[in-house]
Order: sequence, then C-alpha cells, then structure tokens
Amino acid sequence: MTSELIVFLVLSLAAVAAAFGMVSSRNAVYSALFLVLNFVTVAIFYLLLGAPFIAMSQITVYAGAIMVLFLFVIMLLGAEALAPTNVLPWQRPLAFSLAVILLVESVYLVISRAQTNAVIVAPDIAVNSMDNLRAMAMSLFNQFLLPFEVTSILLLVAMVGAIVLTKREKAGQK
Amino acid sequence: MIQVDYYIILSAILFTIGALGVLIRRNPLIIFMSIELMLNAANLVFVAFGRSFQVAQEAAGKAVSFDGQIFVFFVIAVAAAEVAVGLALIVEIFKTKKNINIDEMNSLKG
Repeated sequence: MTSELIVFLVLSLAAVAAAFGMVSSRNAVYSALFLVLNFVTVAIFYLLLGAPFIAMSQITVYAGAIMVLFLFVIMLLGAEALAPTNVLPWQRPLAFSLAVILLVESVYLVISRAQTNAVIVAPDIAVNSMDNLRAMAMSLFNQFLLPFEVTSILLLVAMVGAIVLTKREKAGQK
Repeated sequence: MIQVDYYIILSAILFTIGALGVLIRRNPLIIFMSIELMLNAANLVFVAFGRSFQVAQEAAGKAVSFDGQIFVFFVIAVAAAEVAVGLALIVEIFKTKKNINIDEMNSLKG
C-alpha cells in the first residue's frame, strides 16, 4: 500500500464522516461546521490533484464566504433546531432506501466500466506552483472569456436580486 | 499512484449523502447545505478527471489543459450566486410565515 493511497483513504474517511455528521446532526450550526470540515478535506484533495488555485478558492469562497453566510442566516432566524413534525412518516425509510439504491447503482456503474489504465499520479513541484495559476489565467481569459464575463453578470444579478428580495417595503411608500 | 475510479466512488458516496440530506431533513438551511455537498462531489470528479487527462497528456508529450479546473471555478461562482439568492428567499419566507419548516411551505401565495 503506497503512502498516496493511505493519504487518500484517511482523507476520504474524514470527508465522508463530515458529510454524514452534516446530514445527521440535530443542530444546524453543527451541520454548518461539519460542512466546513468537509470542504477543507475536499480542498486537500484538490491539492493532491494538482489544483492549488481551486483548493484556495474552495477555502476562501466555500469554507469562508458561503459558510459564514449560512451561519449568519441560521443565527439570524434562530433556526438551529426545528420542532420535529410527523407530516410524512413514511418519507424517512423511503429516502434511505432510495439513497442506498442510488449509491449501489453508481458504484456498480463505476466498477463495471472501470478503466484500469486511467491513473492519477501526484503532480510534481512544477505543477503545484505559480505555473498552475498562470496556465489557468491564460485559459480563462482566452478560451473561456465569454463564460467568465457571463459569470460576472450572473453574480451582479444575484447581488441585485438578494438586495431586492430582502428590502423592507415601507407602507404607503413607493 | 491512485486510480481515478477511487475518486469517482468517493464522489458518489458524498453525492448520495447530499441527496439523502435533501430527502430526510426538514430544515431548508440544511437542505441547502446538502445541495452544496452535491455540487462539491461533482467538482471533485471534475478535478480528478482533469488530472487524469493531464497525466495522459503529459505521457503523450502534449501541453496540459486545465479545462476541468476552469469548470470547477465556474461551478464555485454559480454556487455563490445561488446561495446568496436562496438565503435571501429563506429570510423572506421567514418574515412572512414566522417559520421555515419545509412542511409548511406548500403554497406559492405568502
């Protein structure tokens, strides 16, 4: 067993455990913190896969900005723990069985069509450096310039939409 | 040296946990987090396949491409936009109904 495989197994165990903790914990704040742990482990996976820029974006945007927004809204609404309801009692066993079916199906597909020649070797130092950032920027601003600009418009629309949605309309004031 | 299949299976497990979270939880904020988890699983597969493609390109002596990582970059940007609008909607629903239990959100009219 190579050291790379051991690192992969330990990290994937941490990622799956954090994801499961996120789904199963009663308190929404704990869920958010478990999700941050999951994002950090996935960021380490990105580093192992030779994507340092994506790893840092993952930490700053997901674990930083998005999860802080989540925690802010959870605490603003006081939605740490909702009172349990029994509207659909059959839903939980059905959901578990559907999830098991989905997992078995996807793992079976992967195994039955496994390409044993598709391997991932850890990148050497040259890839995990500024070269990655330079190459990504060249690609982003040449080949993918139009999607990049469309993304900026999307972010602008999302920002305006969020402001309009939460704006307080005063009575009798247009 | 790791096979790319390991990453796909890990991503399938994470995606399934996300889907399970969407199905069983009643708190819309946790449902949102589960959606983020599913997006994250898809991103992991993007980067893993991108790396495996790069390995093949390096072996063939060609210039490596970064398309998988670029796609992940766009997915992260779209997820940020989605979270901003979605959380604003949840805050607005809370202001109207004084409750954010997903079982109560069964009408379009406030």
